[in-house]
Amino acid sequence: MPALPFGAPALPLDEAGKYVAAAYLVFFAIVILYVAIMAARVSRMERDLAELDALVPDREDDDADTPAARVGVVE
Amino acid sequence: MYGKGLRTLSVATLITLIGAFALVFFWTPNEADQGFVQKIFYLHVPMAIVALCGFVVGGIFAIQHLRTREPIWDLRSYVAIHIAIILAVGTLITGSIWARAAWGHWWLWDEPTLVSFLIVFLLYATYTPMRFAIEDRERQARYASVFAIVAGAFVPLNFAAVRASQENTHPRVLNTTGGALPGDMRLTFLIAIVGMTLLFITLYRFELSTKQTRSHISSLKRKLSGDDDLPVLRRSAAPTL
Repeated sequence: MPALPFGAPALPLDEAGKYVAAAYLVFFAIVILYVAIMAARVSRMERDLAELDALVPDREDDDADTPAARVGVVE
Repeated sequence: MYGKGLRTLSVATLITLIGAFALVFFWTPNEADQGFVQKIFYLHVPMAIVALCGFVVGGIFAIQHLRTREPIWDLRSYVAIHIAIILAVGTLITGSIWARAAWGHWWLWDEPTLVSFLIVFLLYATYTPMRFAIEDRERQARYASVFAIVAGAFVPLNFAAVRASQENTHPRVLNTTGGALPGDMRLTFLIAIVGMTLLFITLYRFELSTKQTRSHISSLKRKLSGDDDLPVLRRSAAPTL
């Protein structure tokens, strides 16, 4: 590797540790934030699915009112 | 249905990343010049490489979209660019932290590698607002694909231009001599790249399957409510299938 600018010496472990921890924490925070946003989207999809579930019985009720169904009732 | 194999992929990603970070902290020696701070290298550089590759992959998917006109390729391009932008944000922040620790500055404006990466990031930062600005879905997809191809071609050109630059404070990692990394450091670095690539693929597959499921649900909703012939009116930057 080329020499560092400004002739900076290596930081002592207690100083360097803060920066290394910060960098890795940023990475984990980004991944966790992303997963949290996606989890919120998945729960919204679950709500949409529940809405779809609610629509399906309605249609079954509607089907019961079709001419074919009424013929079945007369028989 | 859409998320087939996602669990296995997630577990593989987790194992590889944990393995890579364990090697970073418990096996790889401290670098002679920078000491412990150089551990940021194993996070920052793979993230930057995968982010740049993600932008190129987005461009390749966009080519497929323009060739086939199938909306799925537009969606793939959109998701690849979205994940790459997230990784690019991580690259900029971790790079800044590393610069502060190693050089004493959060940012160096006369450093080609840093500024060129920022330019690429800012270029792609306009991608989502550009999509959102176009209401017509077909035109949106077409323009976004052209953008993704042009910007995707700019990424390797930009990389080559920076490599040709003589004024570098930022160290070179990938060169013909293997970046002058000793064997144990190089192995850790390669495992970190594999882990970051797997993370990209996992997040990409995760978001793609979520968007596909969402599109499916919306289409079912429209069908059940009897207005399935009506176009989608809601404005969005994300493509619809």
